[in-house]
Amino acid sequence: MKPSTRHPATAPTPVAAALVAAAVAIIGLVIVVPLVSVFYEAFASGTAAWWAALAHDPDTRHAIWLSLTVAPVAVVINTMFGVAAAWLVARFRFPGRSLLISFFDVPFSVSPVVAGLALVLIFGRQGLLGPTLAWLDWKVIFAWPGLVLATTFVTLPLVVRELIPVMESIGPDEELAAVSLGANGWQVFTRITLPNIRWALLHGIVLANARAMGEFGAVYVVSGHIAGATDTMPLRVEKLFQEYRTPASMAVASVLAGLALVTLVAKFVIERRLESESRELELARSIDETTGLEAARS
Amino acid sequence: MNIHIRNISKSFGSFKALDRVSLDVPAGGLLALLGPSGSGKTTLLRIIAGLESPDEGVIEEDGKDVTERHARQREVGFVFQHYALFRHMSVFENIAFGLRVRKVANAVIHEKVNELLHLVRLDGLGQRKPSQLSGGQRQRVALARALAIRPKILLLDEPFGALDAKVRVELRQWLRRLHDEIGMTSVFVTHDQEEAFELADEVVVMNHGRIEQRGTPDDVFDHPATPFVMDFLGNVNVFHGRVENGRAFWHGIPIDYPDYPHAQAREACVYLRPHELDLVRANDRVAGTNGSGQRSLLANVVRLTRNGAVTRVACQPHNSIGELHVDIPADAARDLSLNPGEQVAITPRKARVFVPDLEYVI
Repeated sequence: MKPSTRHPATAPTPVAAALVAAAVAIIGLVIVVPLVSVFYEAFASGTAAWWAALAHDPDTRHAIWLSLTVAPVAVVINTMFGVAAAWLVARFRFPGRSLLISFFDVPFSVSPVVAGLALVLIFGRQGLLGPTLAWLDWKVIFAWPGLVLATTFVTLPLVVRELIPVMESIGPDEELAAVSLGANGWQVFTRITLPNIRWALLHGIVLANARAMGEFGAVYVVSGHIAGATDTMPLRVEKLFQEYRTPASMAVASVLAGLALVTLVAKFVIERRLESESRELELARSIDETTGLEAARS
Repeated sequence: MNIHIRNISKSFGSFKALDRVSLDVPAGGLLALLGPSGSGKTTLLRIIAGLESPDEGVIEEDGKDVTERHARQREVGFVFQHYALFRHMSVFENIAFGLRVRKVANAVIHEKVNELLHLVRLDGLGQRKPSQLSGGQRQRVALARALAIRPKILLLDEPFGALDAKVRVELRQWLRRLHDEIGMTSVFVTHDQEEAFELADEVVVMNHGRIEQRGTPDDVFDHPATPFVMDFLGNVNVFHGRVENGRAFWHGIPIDYPDYPHAQAREACVYLRPHELDLVRANDRVAGTNGSGQRSLLANVVRLTRNGAVTRVACQPHNSIGELHVDIPADAARDLSLNPGEQVAITPRKARVFVPDLEYVI
């Protein structure tokens, strides 16, 4: 992590110092100052006003509640998909495998607005499935299911991308050992696979959740922007801002930013665990025999 | 439980890992599959365990066809090359795993696991994590875990491959005793001939997905069936010569070879093991013969290398470009006190001749 430990002989040169200063300046200007100013604006008229802006506006309350329900549902779908897809890709070799892996990344390369539009084209009233959905009386676009779909789409790669490298580095031997000891598929998954990937999975979930909470573009298109019905937190921030209610807008924004900071801490803790697990894996592979003697001799 | 393997073939893409392999393992036997990497030995082991399925062929256990039976139902104990211990579980839970998935009562599990911990001499280490153990200890945990389900067959993939030389020797003597005590059918894979010869009742030498030879360690060592086996068993001098009228010639020295009685001369390979050659100082003898009148080869000593109880003498025959290695007891070497550059006379006590193509016809 620290370059200095790898190159202990290298003293900081003027060039290095200048680069470090530039990096700090950019991070300060682009990340720290805007983030601090959000909190500053949000609490400018005091905590009471901040709380009133959040709790006493029914539309804002609804937006917070909506975000807190849509995001977890999308994350759960993603987790199930991610585990299944990573297992498929990491444990089997089949034609089209690398193509499938690149497909997992499509949501990263497609603009969220385009993704939202695509969903409207399929599930909208004039869309491909429009007549069927109308006949079933299911509302997808401009409703809660549309929000979940859009959020799931944009967060799709996050869990599977975390799991593939971890599952590949662990290898199939432990799972095969469990099978030869008589475990069935479910027992292998819950007792061997899941405990081995738990930190990577949690990491993916935290990232997916953060992305789901903050998603704007795709959700904007499919939500129809109906206050008190389909506005999520980011949409509410934008709407309040457009209505010149900056303090209220900043109050909601501060909740989102607060969630981001919590995510950051969680991510940090989990990454520490992941690192120590991969060190343990290396340790387990590099064999040290010297202490194995005493018991064998007796 | 005996194992009958009939005409097993297995390909990975265009690579033929096993080519119509047939093998019988007697009940209670300890068999080694010996071969270089890529010879198909591990694939064969995994097929016996049900971890791979063969493209063709049948596997029978005690006369029952188990080819289609899932690995879960094979009741085979498998020790993986890198042990594949469950790293997030304690040693105790690793060993208990097979019993837990069988829903064995807790009290019984405790009793059995402690028994196994004692058997593999890991008493008191049950609560450790695999990462806190040495290589030899991990190996024994893997073994205890495989034994916990009372398998009828024990399969071990390079069981000592990841261990250093000293631990390796101790563990294999211990494993041999354990096998004799428990008396189950065991098969292990190795690329180390010393390991195969010391541990196994019978050795199966494999190459390119086929069985080259099967026999007791003595059989395989003293009567290698093919040039590959001779070569693979290592430390052998190979010379090209000719064969005619039931005799092969190595630098003019005749070697009996009754398998080729024909008058027409053919190319042949002569294999000489370093310890099956006699060496004397040349000026003690009439040049070109040894004491009993047998013809010998004159060579110059190039260097002497002491390796434990044996001294290896590297020689340069007068009329050949290749080096010839002769192993003599270190005491004898001291008595001879040879120096590089001195002339010696070499006589084969035993030689092995292979005629290309012919060997496979016989």
